[in-house]
Amino acid sequence: MAKKFIYLNRKAPYGTVYALESLEVVLIAAAFEQEVTLAFLDDGVYQIAKGQNPKALGMKNFSATYNALGDYGITQFYVERESLAERGLSEDDLMPIVYEDEDDDYAEKPSVRVVSRAEMAQIMADQDVTFSF
Amino acid sequence: MAMLHIVNKSPFERNALKSCLAHALAGDAVLLIEDAVIGAVSGTSLASELQAAMSEQAVSIYALGPDLSARGVSEQRMLDGIQVVDYAGFVDLTVANEKTQSWL
Amino acid sequence: MKYTLMVNEGPYQHQSSDTALQFARAALDKGHEIFRVFFYHDGVNNGTRLAVPPKDDRMLQKEWSELAEKHGLDLVICIAAAQRRGLMDASEAKRQGLTADNIAPGFRISGLGQLIEGGIESDRTLVFGD
Repeated sequence: MAKKFIYLNRKAPYGTVYALESLEVVLIAAAFEQEVTLAFLDDGVYQIAKGQNPKALGMKNFSATYNALGDYGITQFYVERESLAERGLSEDDLMPIVYEDEDDDYAEKPSVRVVSRAEMAQIMADQDVTFSF
Repeated sequence: MAMLHIVNKSPFERNALKSCLAHALAGDAVLLIEDAVIGAVSGTSLASELQAAMSEQAVSIYALGPDLSARGVSEQRMLDGIQVVDYAGFVDLTVANEKTQSWL
Repeated sequence: MKYTLMVNEGPYQHQSSDTALQFARAALDKGHEIFRVFFYHDGVNNGTRLAVPPKDDRMLQKEWSELAEKHGLDLVICIAAAQRRGLMDASEAKRQGLTADNIAPGFRISGLGQLIEGGIESDRTLVFGD
């Protein structure tokens, strides 16, 4: 039976390598036929913020990769509403990450769901394996 | 189905413990390790929040004894209700709780 | 219980490698099984054999190697993270055209799939990091 894996992202990108190397694990995880959920809370919400441009840092902009995850069957991105609000952000500040639903004539659907803190707690409790970065 | 939450950062430096307590469910356990044990001391600005987590949220809070000793925190100075475990007790907590989640 | 441990920080800078080591010892003492220890991020630096800490300090890399030898532990260093940080075994060094390797006994270099497999195969997966 497939296990439920959650990837917990609580740190902003670029200041540390955690966001990038978390994404690298998620890309590999896609090949394992397990259920994959990505959670973005606290500063982690900045990992999928719009308009990232680390060019002047000399670093790679890996933010476009999140939108490619749908092609690997990774379509469950949960973002915590309170974490956004605390940082003066709203859903409009997030990248429009979508996937094509095979079961619905390849209709484009949003992968990102903004949830409350209480809902996030339930999502966390519902997992088998939690990888934190 | 309970979860063991593991926090390793001082609550005076990072928001990990605060965020953890905001997501812990009734019956869950929180284990403070490494610098997080600084939060287990009585009389801190966080004491009432931790006490509320234990009494109102029904969350059990533990602190890793070797990390308390290393930092010179005697068990007498601990907040009432926080239980001290050693590494063997840490292992037992991971057995008793079906899931573990580290708040890095 | 069968455990997989993930270690995300290098030795000395952070306590996470120490904590993971103490946890692993305590779990083994209780008769549990450590299916795998996976070293990721700067955690790959736990697997160098070239560390020479002062004599009055602990030797973390050696302690991991010794624990692995005693209990047959599978210590896996993530290849992608290792390549970024200059951790090499002999075959990888050769493949990269490098003249030296530095991996400690008991460690092996492999892919991130080993971490996912650990999560699938183990009853408990614990992450030690910063």
